[in-house]
Amino acid sequence: MAEMRKKPMTRRLIQLYSALLYNAHLKGFAEGRIYTGPLKNLCVPGLNCYSCPGAVAACPLGALQNAVAASADRPAFYVVGVLLLFSLLLGRVICGFLCPFGLLQELLHRIPTKKVQKSPLTRGLSRLKYAVLLLFVLGIPAWFAFRGLPLPGFCKFICPAGTLEGAVSLLLHPANSALRAMIGGLFWWKCGLMLLILTACVFVFRAFCRFLCPLGALYGLMAKLALLGVKLDEGRCTDCGACLRACPVDIRKVGDSECVHCGSCIDLCPARAISFRAGRIVLRGPELPEKEARP
Amino acid sequence: MKTKQALWAALFVLGLALVVLGILNGGAQDVLAKAIRLCSECIGLG
Repeated sequence: MAEMRKKPMTRRLIQLYSALLYNAHLKGFAEGRIYTGPLKNLCVPGLNCYSCPGAVAACPLGALQNAVAASADRPAFYVVGVLLLFSLLLGRVICGFLCPFGLLQELLHRIPTKKVQKSPLTRGLSRLKYAVLLLFVLGIPAWFAFRGLPLPGFCKFICPAGTLEGAVSLLLHPANSALRAMIGGLFWWKCGLMLLILTACVFVFRAFCRFLCPLGALYGLMAKLALLGVKLDEGRCTDCGACLRACPVDIRKVGDSECVHCGSCIDLCPARAISFRAGRIVLRGPELPEKEARP
Repeated sequence: MKTKQALWAALFVLGLALVVLGILNGGAQDVLAKAIRLCSECIGLG
């Protein structure tokens, strides 16, 4: 039992450390200014607004939208390459371990209330994030790019991380009265949406992540190829369904595009068919039988 | 399994090549240029 308790704690610590690492420019919070150093040409893997005063690197989703918006002048090689490497190496382990907004959603869900369980409705809603990806991250920026107007659709109209980390941190600072004077209808739209999303997360496990996050949708596209993550040993699986019943998100199979690799199913599997692996190296869970482990 | 590994390796090399090409064509500088300026869209002001 002690062992079982220790494991989620490890994930929580990794989530916390990564959130702190992404936002290590603590001076920015005190001064009400963002970091402007050279590290910002790197992207962090998780959703973290680069207009957060603490952010030390770029948001991959913001960088992607701007690269698409600039694609009329230059192809978006850099950001696409970075996202491809993140997808291949880490996949949606990023969502489960390395996303500060994922951590926030999980903490909100711990508030004791009646919870909404997964259902055909939540499974249907989980497809919405692909529409958000196509429309707001790729479609709108590309459409306006060829009209000479950079428009990061997701950042502008939806992103709750930008509103929470960037807007709230900056606008509450006494030194930023000029920014406060610019507040208009768009700001109130984004604040309303952020409050709606955060409230939903209290009742629905990772509501934003499951239904709206285009970064999770992107990483999910490479779920079958990602090196790191929770993997199912098909040979040992007895199809008992214990993992699917216990999983808080809308997976159809362990490690699929909806799985955030939290690993909560590993200890529940009666057939010991689930493990957390980096390629063939087992990081947690049962080892492969010797003959399967051989290359 | 071998096909999957070959596909993974090919995509990994493609990813590395895209990053290098992106650095050479100024894409990394674009990321920096955007990230060091306050993003008015992100914070709901623009």
